[in-house]
Amino acid sequence: MTVDLSLYKNIWVMAEINVDNKLTGVTSELLSEAQKLVTKLDNEEVCALLITDNRDVNPFIKELSEAGADKVYVAQHDKLRNYSTDLYSKVACDAILEKKPSIVLVGATTIGRDLAPRISSRLNTGLTADCTDLDINEKSLLAATRPTFGGNLMATILCPKTRPQMATIRPNVLQATEENLSNIANVENLEVKIDSLESRTKILDFIPTASTLKCHTRIEEADIIVSGGRGLKNSEGFKLLEELATALGGSVGASRAAVDAGWRCHSEQIGQTGKTVSPKIYIACGISGAIQHLAGIGSSDTIIAINKDPDAPIFRVADYGIVGDLFEIVPALTEAIKSMKADTAAV
Amino acid sequence: MRIVVCVKQVPDTSEIKWTENNTMVRDGVESIMNPFDGYAVETAIRLKEKYPDVTVTIVTMGPPQAKDVLKRAIAMGANDAILLSDRKFAGSDTVATSRTLAKAIKEKIGDFDLIICGQFAIDGDTAQTGPSIAEHLGLPQITYVKEVLSCKNKKLTVNKEIEEGIQKVECSLPSLICMQKCDYEPRRPLIRGVMKSNRINIPAYGFEDLGLDTSEVGIKGSPTFVSKAFRPPVKDSGEIINTPDKKEAVEILVKKLREKQILV
Repeated sequence: MTVDLSLYKNIWVMAEINVDNKLTGVTSELLSEAQKLVTKLDNEEVCALLITDNRDVNPFIKELSEAGADKVYVAQHDKLRNYSTDLYSKVACDAILEKKPSIVLVGATTIGRDLAPRISSRLNTGLTADCTDLDINEKSLLAATRPTFGGNLMATILCPKTRPQMATIRPNVLQATEENLSNIANVENLEVKIDSLESRTKILDFIPTASTLKCHTRIEEADIIVSGGRGLKNSEGFKLLEELATALGGSVGASRAAVDAGWRCHSEQIGQTGKTVSPKIYIACGISGAIQHLAGIGSSDTIIAINKDPDAPIFRVADYGIVGDLFEIVPALTEAIKSMKADTAAV
Repeated sequence: MRIVVCVKQVPDTSEIKWTENNTMVRDGVESIMNPFDGYAVETAIRLKEKYPDVTVTIVTMGPPQAKDVLKRAIAMGANDAILLSDRKFAGSDTVATSRTLAKAIKEKIGDFDLIICGQFAIDGDTAQTGPSIAEHLGLPQITYVKEVLSCKNKKLTVNKEIEEGIQKVECSLPSLICMQKCDYEPRRPLIRGVMKSNRINIPAYGFEDLGLDTSEVGIKGSPTFVSKAFRPPVKDSGEIINTPDKKEAVEILVKKLREKQILV
């Protein structure tokens, strides 16, 4: 089966709306990135596909335009209030088959990673998972780079013969543009053909994490993260990190070891199987720095490591490190920050 | 009721080392059952213990030695297993892998009510094979499952983990679910189970047995290919503050952070 590649053009970004009725951060990150990629293509556009119910979409269209969309395709239907694999995959596939984008980018969120493989398998095309870098190569193909083997190896993957070329991209890895692109996107409403279709899955109940456990669910949005690992010894040890985080106005994160030990929630886990973060300051306390953890913190502005083992791999990626007992160093650091803030306030 | 569990044998990625020439040392790296698949097997066996009519069949695709993970799953309590192994399957991406697995489940297992996969494999970490199998078989799916609450009367209820919390989701059977890390650990096989796994015949099927076209499997059946693989860039080392007095070390750190405007 050969596909006439010349029929396919434009870069699409799947817009995702979260439970708070806001566009996810990764949607804007992907639109910014798509604007960079599209400059390497001939006469193509950046389009967003917005799938939702009959709510007011004007605020989303404005936001998508400002983030970089030249065109917004809107697919609305009452049945699309909540994400459903069955219904969303049908609507997305219909749209892709009709409009023939060359590239489709999807945020690697729980929804994106549920949806994208259904679309790619149905359309018999390639999908590269959980990418951390995108480029257009000399043959105008999407070159999607991703960590593999638990972050030990980076692989650049191409999809030369089928279309669209699809990729899911980790949130918080690509930079969303700070500036408002003041684009005004064209809007096209798509016909949604799901009247006779019912979702085979049904959401019966939802329990927000924050209501059951004292967890930081949006650690990826924090500017400062104080993170702890096995070296904290137990969940009590994390109190020291809470204090430091409070003094700095940051959040607490955890390594997989600390989460596996049951000291912290999974929503706070940072690394290959947890979240990718890109804070201004990342303070790793008692974290040895397994490659899987480092995969989640690489785009932090400044990494500070506190560890008693001078040979811990975390020191190899840290901008600053203190070798020693964290139970002595962290409280001292908390005090130093507090007195610094008190001095600043006094001035 | 039949439950099919898809498992993968993977290298233990926490053990990977590098040579000085930046090539990965693959020799001597232990092969294990993908940890997420361990949760899938454990969940299936728990359902078998809860509902007496459940049988659990394990399937894997891989080299002949991938039989080891099938034996382990049987030793844990699964009823039987099949192996898909053929040189023609080598180099499959997730599209070709899931197509092969789906075809084998349909042709060689036939009737089933539920397929359980691990959410990710720790080597590829794509999380795509499960949903793609569901697509090839036309099944509904639930990914990121933490716990199966019930599975009876052609209905499945699970708890699914999303960014903002836990969703309780219901689904018709047959269906496919992908297991996240659970609150329980996969059991260790008992001697009796290990003895059973050594006795049991595990059928192996190759390309000829599945009725697929050569263009649908392996490298030819894979829309994607790896054009380049490289070691992640290593950052220049930073500054280690190594004064014996840790209070002094903290003071030096804070001073440096303030000088560089990192802390304001």
